[in-house]
Amino acid sequence: MTAFKPTRVPVIPQLGEKVTEDALYWRSYKSPVQIKEFGAVTKIHFSPLSPHNYAVTASTRVQIFGPNSHEPLRSFSRFKGSAYSGSFRADGRLLVAGSDEGLVRLFDVGGRVALRQFTGHSKSVRVTSFLSDGFRIVSGSDDLSSRVWDVSTAQEVAALGEHSDYIRALATSSRNPDVFITGSYDHTLRVWDARLERCVMKMEHGQPVEGVLLYPSEGLLVSTGGQHVKVWDLLKGGQQLVSLKNHHKTVTCVCLSTHSNRLLTGSLDRHVKVYSSSYKVVHTFDYEASVLSLAVAPDDGIVAVGMTNGVLSLRHRKPSEEQEVDGRKRRGPSYRMFVKGRNYTPKQDDFVVRKSLKHHLKKHDRLLKSFKVSEALDSALEVGPAVCVAVLIELERRGTLRNAVAGREEESITPLLNFLLRFITDPRFSRILLSVAHVVVDVYQQVVSQSPVMERLLQRLLECLGREIDYQQELLQVLGILDTLFASATPAAGVTTLQTCEIALNVSHFCTRIQIKSTTTPRLRTWRV
Amino acid sequence: MVESSEVRVVRCGGSRINVAAPVISVDSRFLLCASGDLVKVFSTSTEEWVHVLQGHTNVVTGITLNPANQLQVYSSSADGTVRLWDFTDGILIKTFVIGYPIATLLVSNKHEGILFLVVPAKDNSNSECLQLVAAHVPKTLEQEVEVRELSSVLPNISPNPRAVGFGREGEYIASAEGLKLIVYFFRDQKPYRFNLSKSTKKGAKNTFTCVSCHPKDDCVATGHEDGKIRLWRNFNQKKEYTYTTLHWHHSVVNTLCFTPEGTTLLSGGIESVLVQWQYDRNSKYILPRLGGSITHISVSADGSLFTTSHSDNKITVIQSNLKVSAVIQGLVKGEAVHTDLVIDPRSKALVLNGKPGHLQFYSLQRDKQLYNLDIVQQEYIYQEGLDQYEVVKAAFDAHGSCLATVEERGKKLSDTEITLKFWDYNETAQRYTLTCQKVFCAVWISTLNILYFSSFVLNTTVMTPHDNRITSMCFFPTAETTMVVTTARDGCFKAWLLGQESDTEKQGTDGPSWSCDFVGRYHDLQPTNCCFSADGSLLAVSFQEVITIWNPETWELLTTLCQPPGNIKDLCFGRLSCSRYLLATTTKNMLCCWNLLTCSLEWSTSIAVTLLKADPLSENMAVFTLQKEQTDLFVFKPCEPRPLFTQNALCVGEVQRAIFVPREEPLDNCDESSLWLNRSQLYCLTENMDLLAFTTKIEDDSLISRKLVCNLTLIVFEKHIKRVSCSIFCLVTINPVCHLLPTQAVIDDSVAVTPFYLLLGKHRQREQEMCGLPVTEQQGRAQLPQGSVAVREVRSRVPWKCLVMVYSTRSRVVLLLIFVCVCVCVCVCVLFYTFSCYTRRLMSCPQRPSYATCL
Repeated sequence: MTAFKPTRVPVIPQLGEKVTEDALYWRSYKSPVQIKEFGAVTKIHFSPLSPHNYAVTASTRVQIFGPNSHEPLRSFSRFKGSAYSGSFRADGRLLVAGSDEGLVRLFDVGGRVALRQFTGHSKSVRVTSFLSDGFRIVSGSDDLSSRVWDVSTAQEVAALGEHSDYIRALATSSRNPDVFITGSYDHTLRVWDARLERCVMKMEHGQPVEGVLLYPSEGLLVSTGGQHVKVWDLLKGGQQLVSLKNHHKTVTCVCLSTHSNRLLTGSLDRHVKVYSSSYKVVHTFDYEASVLSLAVAPDDGIVAVGMTNGVLSLRHRKPSEEQEVDGRKRRGPSYRMFVKGRNYTPKQDDFVVRKSLKHHLKKHDRLLKSFKVSEALDSALEVGPAVCVAVLIELERRGTLRNAVAGREEESITPLLNFLLRFITDPRFSRILLSVAHVVVDVYQQVVSQSPVMERLLQRLLECLGREIDYQQELLQVLGILDTLFASATPAAGVTTLQTCEIALNVSHFCTRIQIKSTTTPRLRTWRV
Repeated sequence: MVESSEVRVVRCGGSRINVAAPVISVDSRFLLCASGDLVKVFSTSTEEWVHVLQGHTNVVTGITLNPANQLQVYSSSADGTVRLWDFTDGILIKTFVIGYPIATLLVSNKHEGILFLVVPAKDNSNSECLQLVAAHVPKTLEQEVEVRELSSVLPNISPNPRAVGFGREGEYIASAEGLKLIVYFFRDQKPYRFNLSKSTKKGAKNTFTCVSCHPKDDCVATGHEDGKIRLWRNFNQKKEYTYTTLHWHHSVVNTLCFTPEGTTLLSGGIESVLVQWQYDRNSKYILPRLGGSITHISVSADGSLFTTSHSDNKITVIQSNLKVSAVIQGLVKGEAVHTDLVIDPRSKALVLNGKPGHLQFYSLQRDKQLYNLDIVQQEYIYQEGLDQYEVVKAAFDAHGSCLATVEERGKKLSDTEITLKFWDYNETAQRYTLTCQKVFCAVWISTLNILYFSSFVLNTTVMTPHDNRITSMCFFPTAETTMVVTTARDGCFKAWLLGQESDTEKQGTDGPSWSCDFVGRYHDLQPTNCCFSADGSLLAVSFQEVITIWNPETWELLTTLCQPPGNIKDLCFGRLSCSRYLLATTTKNMLCCWNLLTCSLEWSTSIAVTLLKADPLSENMAVFTLQKEQTDLFVFKPCEPRPLFTQNALCVGEVQRAIFVPREEPLDNCDESSLWLNRSQLYCLTENMDLLAFTTKIEDDSLISRKLVCNLTLIVFEKHIKRVSCSIFCLVTINPVCHLLPTQAVIDDSVAVTPFYLLLGKHRQREQEMCGLPVTEQQGRAQLPQGSVAVREVRSRVPWKCLVMVYSTRSRVVLLLIFVCVCVCVCVCVLFYTFSCYTRRLMSCPQRPSYATCL
């Protein structure tokens, strides 16, 4: 006696893009929280220390937000013009910012007044940063020079002017306190050594450089400018590794995530893209305005994006699954745990009698096992499309589809008709669902007029199928055009299979059955190269 | 049948075991069933066959125990004889020549010395009309007796053997035919007839299908075509009979059987559910999903065991608490074998369609089904006229590690559903769900390299691989590439490849899967056959009348060959020295051979070829032709003008399938006419599903010796005593434990001595080698896991320890003493056993038999 074989639910091919681990990771952010600033948000910088406060530079002020509250903890607004590039020191206690009037200001995060002012730049200072020893500041300005300042004395240490256009990007090395990289609108990237006070390496980006990023390993350098994102190998003397063109407008900002060092780029085309380690786009965030600044919290808890319309958009990460499991009420040990002799290990000569495993069947399988076809269909309709279609196929195989569909009242036929309405045009299911629709029409032909609900549903089904036919027809026309193009372009023969043709044929057959006055029956041809 | 003196055609097992109702011996240890010309005796506990009662020359139609002596059995056959056997020793006692083909055999306790036979009616010219006659067994001393006294009891008997039955210990006999039920009382010699109406109101179909009588009560149970069971009572009055109706079956009730106590009634039908009705109570128990539809039910004398025969050539032994205790499975045969005969390269088993939706793996050496592989994996609904999935194609790759199957549904519907499945051989998921005895067998078999308990795991399912029926499928012949080519009626052939594991993007999936690599067409013609050359460098695909040759690496069309009038039926490449030839047969009765070097037709003949098969190990080709409704066989090499072997009038009707089965060890036979059988053996399946094999004389000799061992007479014992005096010790000790010895003898193919002797030899070898080098043969032999409980069980049962002990004592004197002791003991045992057997047979036989019948 063999056991009952449950209905085989086939794995249906998923439509759309493939679900990867990266996609799952980046999808698990909540919908964004928006904070309105006065002007465009040009820089967001997270404090390296927990609780990872972040400085947002917008218009004439730099504000510090906490990770959980959406109100600013502190605000520095002593700038006459716009403020730029508010960034923390590695210990998170000092903040430096450039400004339109050519000043670089240094703030204590706890205080309110500026601790130092560095004067020397003649035009607005767009980029500022601490060098990794924490005692010096580097700044880049529109006066084509970048300068190094000493924090304690507020004196200029070095002035480096080899760029021929505005300096708009800056990155400092965390390993070497004397090395930093600037990117400029003159299409070049320059690596500077503060000790030599000159450029030690130069790379041509090809477009005005908007952002520079140094990988934590310091072997790779990322520069953005124009629509391109380029990765350079510093250890090979500035050789270009990859050039990516995934955005269709200027890429303005770049940052790295902590989780397996994924690269994120933001662009004026309102997208933020996440790249895998092989530089393929694994995820894309959409925003409502052009993205100017982008930052990810060191624990990946927040993705903060600043936009041209002055909106700061924050995406918080959903709490991970494991916490949910902990939160759920745990069930106590089962009865069998307490049964005596559970831990008894059999001796050498013992004959072990195994307990026969009990197979639990799903509800629809249990009903199918006892040949209750109608109820099985009802229970399957509640579960999901894949199971329901599997049960319908099983019923059709058993030759009991008509029995399962027949003899229903208005309220019990409605779920079936709704299911048909929803999925009949799905090419994965349409083969069986069309025959189900045939059976429904066959069985209820006489009584359709008595039930307004059913009449309405059938009418909708009709419209749905009519639309599908038109759609298929258009597709076939496009396919025909494409095929002629391909045939003229490629000499090698290939064959296209037209599954859609079949479906269209079936659909049209069904529609003619329930008397659609279709003016044009789709003329279907198999196109072959 | 045999024309050539050297090569013989033998029927090799696989016959139906569900023709007649099986019989259980009184002690419930043995089960007897008719299997073709033989009566087979199975053990009910181990499912293995113990004896074969051989002697009938036509199909055995009925078996019953001799009521006078429960250790003897009558068997009736269509050759017109009834034979009496001693089934415990497998000896023919008497032959009664009746002279008419017998359809059914019945006996009753009350009528001693009378056999009731269903034979064709004499006076009637219509041969289909049957009658029940009583034959008085003459009491004579001769072994072969002609029975002349036949007295007619009832005319117009249904040909169905289940439609006749004795009631109340033989006081009356009930027979049903059509819409009529006849109850005949022997005392007043008077038949009572009851008719049912023909009306089909409310779907009623009143035709009788089977009859069973209550052993104690006056009650007759009849089964009907609409699934009703009627219990007739009070039928010895013509007018006042009554019946009650039981209705559970939804279609025909095939068989009915009362238990000996009469407390329950068992019924079975097409839905393969055994229903146990409580007599006098309105309750029933059911045992569903037993297999094929139930054709016979029988009950042992004490009512503790039931057996059901099924249409898929299976006998199930069921305990009275409705638990299946044993399954005896023969070769399953449907109406046709859709999958060709295929050989599993790993287990060397024959693979073909089995139960619906299954592939069966059948061992040709052991005449036993190894296991079933569930291909469709769906619940099979036993209902007539239902269109269900069927396995239509199966193919193995060179090593047997991959299996590709095609199943399809929709014979009548316009749209067929086709599924292509790829299976991987899974070595870890081997089946150890065997009973101890079976594991014991498996130990033996693994030493002989015959059987692997293997299983295949589904890798990829392709729904609708083609838009229309798949016509052929073949694997790439060498192991470097795993590629399958399928051709279908939708006009294209497709090549399927196993994907590469280096695909980094697919991290979630486990292992590589199959995908379509190439789709090829040729002028909108339908491809019919495909075939790879032996080295895999060429692929030949026949498109109706045209053969196209492709390069499987670049998928370049190399050349086309078209010549023959008519579509191509079979296609195969030559091998080894004939690898430059391509052979094809056409529907217009042509056999053509092309030379691929010149791309021209080498030769062609006009014969009505039904089948063309190539030997995988040699150049030989076999061609079956149909002439005057008789099949002839020609074996030839494509390069030689004269055939190597010709067999005229092989069988009546067409040969449907054939295959060359590679031998384990090539024969060193140098006779010219049977030289072609040295590397592999040819099997073929005839129209009426007989499996025929071609054997040589040498093989037959070994077969005969095998049968001798099979019979397990004392002669064999004595022979063993002469050869190795110690092995008998082993035999005697193990035989009472389980009835394994005959099985081993059957398994053992080449060695005429029992495997114990073989083992003994090994031990001796080790003994010698232990003096020199430590040998690791132990690990090589036992392939089963060491820690398994079952194996441990077996070890403890086998008296190897004793043997080893005997041999490890170095002292020769002790050894000699023990030998002498054992010999003496054994001789005494044997003598006693001979004597007891002889006396028992003396007691049991009605007459004193001649000495020859006993030994």
